[in-house]
Amino acid sequence: MIKRTLYDKIWDNHLIHSDNETSLLYIDRHLVHEVTSPQAFEGLRDAGRKVYAPHKTIAVPDHNVATTSDRQTNFGSEEGKIQLETLDRNAKEFGLIYYPVGDIRQGIVHIIGPEQGWTLPGMTIVCGDSHTATHGAFGALAHGIGTSEVEHVLATQTLIQQKSKNMKVEVTGTLGRGVTAKDITLSIIGKTGTAGGTGHVIEYCGNAITELSMEGRMTVCNMAIEGGARAGIIAPDQKTIEYVKGRPHSPKGEDWEKALKLWKTLYTDTDAFFDKELFLKAEDIAPVVTWGTSPEDVLSITERVPDPDNFQGSKISAAKRSIEYMGLNPGERLQDISIDAVFIGSCTNGRIEDLREVEKIVRGKRVKDGVRAMVVPGSGLVKKQAEEEGISATLIEAGFDWRMPGCSMCLAMNPDQLMPGERCAATSNRNFEGRQGRGGRTHLMSPAMAAAAAITGYLTDVRDL
Amino acid sequence: MDKFVKFTGISAPMPLINIDTDMLIPKQFLKTIKRTGLGKSLFFEMRYDTNGGLIKDFILNKDHYSSASIIVAGDNFGCGSSREHAPWALKDFGIKCVISTSFADIFFNNCFKNGILPIILSDDKRQVLMEDANTIENSQLTIDLDNQKIIRKEGDSIDFQVDEFKKYCLLNGLDDIGLTLKNSQKIAEFEKKYAEQFSWA
Repeated sequence: MIKRTLYDKIWDNHLIHSDNETSLLYIDRHLVHEVTSPQAFEGLRDAGRKVYAPHKTIAVPDHNVATTSDRQTNFGSEEGKIQLETLDRNAKEFGLIYYPVGDIRQGIVHIIGPEQGWTLPGMTIVCGDSHTATHGAFGALAHGIGTSEVEHVLATQTLIQQKSKNMKVEVTGTLGRGVTAKDITLSIIGKTGTAGGTGHVIEYCGNAITELSMEGRMTVCNMAIEGGARAGIIAPDQKTIEYVKGRPHSPKGEDWEKALKLWKTLYTDTDAFFDKELFLKAEDIAPVVTWGTSPEDVLSITERVPDPDNFQGSKISAAKRSIEYMGLNPGERLQDISIDAVFIGSCTNGRIEDLREVEKIVRGKRVKDGVRAMVVPGSGLVKKQAEEEGISATLIEAGFDWRMPGCSMCLAMNPDQLMPGERCAATSNRNFEGRQGRGGRTHLMSPAMAAAAAITGYLTDVRDL
Repeated sequence: MDKFVKFTGISAPMPLINIDTDMLIPKQFLKTIKRTGLGKSLFFEMRYDTNGGLIKDFILNKDHYSSASIIVAGDNFGCGSSREHAPWALKDFGIKCVISTSFADIFFNNCFKNGILPIILSDDKRQVLMEDANTIENSQLTIDLDNQKIIRKEGDSIDFQVDEFKKYCLLNGLDDIGLTLKNSQKIAEFEKKYAEQFSWA
């Protein structure tokens, strides 16, 4: 029998038909948000088409929503307001499952999918957002699509695809103190580069991956796209099943038993072929930060800003540009870099476990004077839980700004933005030029590291606190 | 979608690697609910200073290149987000073809849905075209998708590969959804079979 990877198996389960290189794949869940969907709904309307499977289409506003308590009336911008109203109209008109602002279940699309039990092992999940890779943590094939493809899925519940190659990333060993899922995923991108995964689906495996919580696994898969991969995926196990069980939309009764049977088949066969492989030792991974404007610009917090001349080829000029944009000097110790802002949140690190990590570091301490530190929970339910656990009280006491859920300063579409030249310790996923506001300077890191930076006012080795 | 026809245009060199979708079209322009009108905001932060003035050094602001319809780019063009606003902005500006050694997956797919041809070449061939683009007299290229050729100013050409289905759709200006709906019978049959095993989904 042909040995198949987990990706191969999910692919085969959803393959409607195949014509040479091009295949038609069935889609189980389509997540929709306000930014990449208006043109798709307009297209449907223009062609007189309906949404093929509204009960498999889940809509939530997240990118544009304000994170202030008056956000139901204060939209931050007129255009943002129109976009939110457009989603509202489309969700109602086409009969989608919908979590509007004001519903406690509203939040970042990639946080509420798993939270509500829409995300299940073995599924195909798409969304007009590149961080859809997050759902791969459940052993689902999940990836971002463009707006034309959003329209295609709305109209047909299928997607025209070409099969990707298989890539394995295995992390084994024991993580050191202060090293988290974020450090793992950033370190992998540091090794592969931002194009290292292009054309591939990455399967993350090894004990250092399986020992992560579901939240940690989501953080790892979330950034698969930052390594260029189409998707990231982790085989489901008992931990996955425990997480999924009893969620509002996870299967019940007989369906649950049936699902369990299928989920048990979701693993990569021994000796299945991978086109590319990468092996990392957990002991070699340190708490890391990014120094440049690409997620591949990753270094251990104990290191120094690199000298561009030590790079090769076109990376030399790219590094020069990055260092200039970031306002740094080659040779400078990373721990000597002072920060102005801290952003904790996003689909990468806006879950309850992330907030618990932050609370542990912050307890009994104060945010450094002059640093504005913002915490944006990933969903209304994450926010509620953090409030019940007393996390929010500790953070507010320490001087953090505790806000309403949304994407917020990860992409800064709403009013949460950096000023030109402002430097931010961020738990999000992209440090591109201007990402968090024109001229803003982003250093990516784990929630614990961002919390440490908030307290000292510098990029800080969390192990020293 | 318009048919992709053979055309001759000016190529602009953009050798920077990892040109991301935030550079192509920053977030403030994603608030639109239309597909059109984004061309003026293409490469916004590289193209305009904070007062809205043109940054003269930026390649697409230079006289000769302001009418470019081809970009010869550094590695990994279009990395980052899934925003289709990136190809919409390129198209609205007048870019019909981007040539690089590699593209980010989602961006690559998005281009084809909007009548833009992304061409992947080896590093040495890309370098030849980068030098052409850098030299005003040689910067004119002809893109012949039907014959899969990039024809240089002096008449010699570089061949390129393209997926057959994507080529067919581009050349004929076909809408994917219409094509897929021709398979509705197959989809319905699949769903029936699928529902037996995946009732929980």
